[in-house]
Amino acid sequence: MRSLTFTVAAGCLSAGLAMAETPVLTVYAPDYFVSEWGPGPKIEELFEARCACDLQFKPGDLLPRILLEGDRTEADVVIGLNTDVTKKARESGLFAPHGVDLSPLTLPLEWTDEVFLPFNYGHTAFVYDTTRIETPPASFDALLDAPDDLRLVIQDPRSSISGLALVLWVQAVYGDEAEAAWDKLAPKIVTATKGWSESYGMFTDGEVDMVLSYTTSPAYHIIAEEDETKKAAIFPEGHYFMVELAAKLAGTDQPELADQFMSFVLSEEFQGMIATGNWSIPAALSQDKWPEGFQKLDLPENVLFYSEDEAAELRAEAIEAWRRALSR
Amino acid sequence: MAARALAVSAALALAFLTLGPVAVVLARAGGFGVLGPGDWQAVRFTLWQALLSAAFSVVLAVPVAKAMARRRFSGRGLLVTLLGAPFILPVIVAVMGLIAVFGQAGLVNAGLAALGLPTIDIYGVHGVVLAHVFFNLPLAVRMLFSAWQAVPAEHFRLTASLGLSGQAQWRVIDGPLMARVLPGAFTVIFVICLTSFAVALTLGGGPRATTVELAIYQAMRFEFDLGRAAALAVLQLALALAAGLVALRFAGQSGFGAGRDRVVPRWDGQGPLARIWDGAWIVLAALFLLVPLSTAVLRGVPGLWLLGPDTLRAAGHSLMVALGSTALCMAWALPLASRRGELLALPAIAISPLVLGTGLFLIVRPFMNPFDLALPVTGLVNALMALPFALRILRPEAEAVARDYGRLRATLRMTPLAWLRLIWLPRLRRPMGFAAGLTAALAMGDLGVIALFADPDRTTLPLQVYRLMGSYQMEAAAGAALLLLMLSLSLFWLFDRGGRVNAAT
Repeated sequence: MRSLTFTVAAGCLSAGLAMAETPVLTVYAPDYFVSEWGPGPKIEELFEARCACDLQFKPGDLLPRILLEGDRTEADVVIGLNTDVTKKARESGLFAPHGVDLSPLTLPLEWTDEVFLPFNYGHTAFVYDTTRIETPPASFDALLDAPDDLRLVIQDPRSSISGLALVLWVQAVYGDEAEAAWDKLAPKIVTATKGWSESYGMFTDGEVDMVLSYTTSPAYHIIAEEDETKKAAIFPEGHYFMVELAAKLAGTDQPELADQFMSFVLSEEFQGMIATGNWSIPAALSQDKWPEGFQKLDLPENVLFYSEDEAAELRAEAIEAWRRALSR
Repeated sequence: MAARALAVSAALALAFLTLGPVAVVLARAGGFGVLGPGDWQAVRFTLWQALLSAAFSVVLAVPVAKAMARRRFSGRGLLVTLLGAPFILPVIVAVMGLIAVFGQAGLVNAGLAALGLPTIDIYGVHGVVLAHVFFNLPLAVRMLFSAWQAVPAEHFRLTASLGLSGQAQWRVIDGPLMARVLPGAFTVIFVICLTSFAVALTLGGGPRATTVELAIYQAMRFEFDLGRAAALAVLQLALALAAGLVALRFAGQSGFGAGRDRVVPRWDGQGPLARIWDGAWIVLAALFLLVPLSTAVLRGVPGLWLLGPDTLRAAGHSLMVALGSTALCMAWALPLASRRGELLALPAIAISPLVLGTGLFLIVRPFMNPFDLALPVTGLVNALMALPFALRILRPEAEAVARDYGRLRATLRMTPLAWLRLIWLPRLRRPMGFAAGLTAALAMGDLGVIALFADPDRTTLPLQVYRLMGSYQMEAAAGAALLLLMLSLSLFWLFDRGGRVNAAT
């Protein structure tokens, strides 16, 4: 008990001192970011070593919270936004240009956005277990034509970012035929869960054969568990591109620190820890510098992507096609 | 008169906290949004599954509770506590447990396959109902069980000495008892199921099983359409209120009068057929509720060794929130333990946590940094959400006490303090213990509002479970979930045992 009291007292004291002396940079981040297993603690450590400041993560729902707070938001920087919401974010006028040189980017597509800065990416993919499926479907068409006893779990596009990416993926591959494609896929879909975690749990528990996840998911199993049996099925039709973004708030009271953080995002130090910190591909790091487990990943040659305007326009239609087909 | 003032202020606080956040969200949105055809389909599905879930839960609860009330066997006290466990499990843990038993690769299908029988599929409306019965059957059983426990033992002695047949006893004791308890139990469960979200999605099998809460989530998080979210939230509240009004209409009033609080053996149902019948119900209920629970426990054990300091700190926060919520909820519930209070409180379960959280955020924002209030707000919201359960449990007994002992009080001119100390609290001890245990356990397991206010230094245990799963730490998440289960169950047991003095005998 005494040690607890001491820790608390020491904590308060150091927090008090920190407040008095060092400026605070407030960064809003998604929930998974801040746990001891997420990239947050590492980012905090690396950045504080170079900024003489106190970086504080505030996890939670990013965009709804910022839109609610409006120009009174405490955030200086937001990290972890996604292209599916950037249109709304941009239109709010709350964000400022990042001013970072984009030439170090190594994304599989060209990126010229002046406001939203990518820091890592992956692609949607169906992940399977090689001990249960020896020959996975070799294309999206083959997946649609697979026997109906193939058991898939996906995420609901109305409650999950990855679920939304899947309906856009199907839209990108099949266009006007998207609903017919969903019709063929429907018998194989066991269920659509609220979020990624529930789906992935069902997959690791052996309840389903394949799960909608990311091309980078097998890297976690390879590196952290030395398990090479999890693989992503690669389709020649292409895979939908998922990118995570950082942005600076226009109303920040720490503009210099925020700028410093934005350039830190593309630094080699930051990018070097992203692969095993956030289990996704760093946005500005050449492939030979990726960890060994990432070199082993099967990655698609063909990348599909909708700009935020296209995505915003297609979203309702793509979700509706999914809903109609799976409601039959 | 002081009691009346207390009741009025408790009611005002309740109304402010349920309607205030919705009103603020609505004001911010500048009016109600328009509902689409998908939304109306969601309303229909929500109502349908909630009706089915509540009906199955209460109908199945009758034979189970009756069997539990009239049988004496070793481990009965433990079973009564354990049967309360599913209700307080974090949704994700319970769903995984159910899948481990009823899923494709689950125990039931393994058994069916071994016998050469066709396998079953848990995904669909029946899966949603199954999960809701798993969650809520124990609640209905406990409500009925408590009511049976509260029947003065003299009544059973009398029915035995009069030699009443089972049918006759049903008419004089069991029937009226159920008329008094079941409508309320049905309503509470119906309203809980109205707001179902993750269960309906995961086990529903797809978009056919869309609930209103999902539509709120989508409107709020993806479209930032506060007007539509507010419209849906109000619709959900109206459904809950309508259910409450219907239940009140049908609920019988009279209790069984006062007795001398002796524990009397029960002479009814001693025939071999009745023994087999009761035994079968107890065994079936125990299997249905405890096997999925055990899988959650078994899965969690290896993960216990992976729990880091973050998780332990989160557990500490959750304990604080749970104890604070319980104290607040009990203080709030006692002055409201009346018919009107119960109806007033019912919408509190039906209010969307997302809308509630957003509304509170908007209310708090001008005065303070909402992050600093993460834990107090979580405690307050949990007290609010547990209030309808607490009132459902307390109200019938509280009214019975007032009716049965009111004349005594008047004759003796008891002071309010003496009344409270000598009559009220001792007689309400059992339902209060149960209600407090339930509140504490619910507050432990709640995820709803903290997600909006979360702060890395103020994480609660359920949030930590989700964070671990989101970082591929499935094993550690299972361990954290087990820790959550153990803590919730211990709190529940401690409070409940304080009140349930006669049940184990």
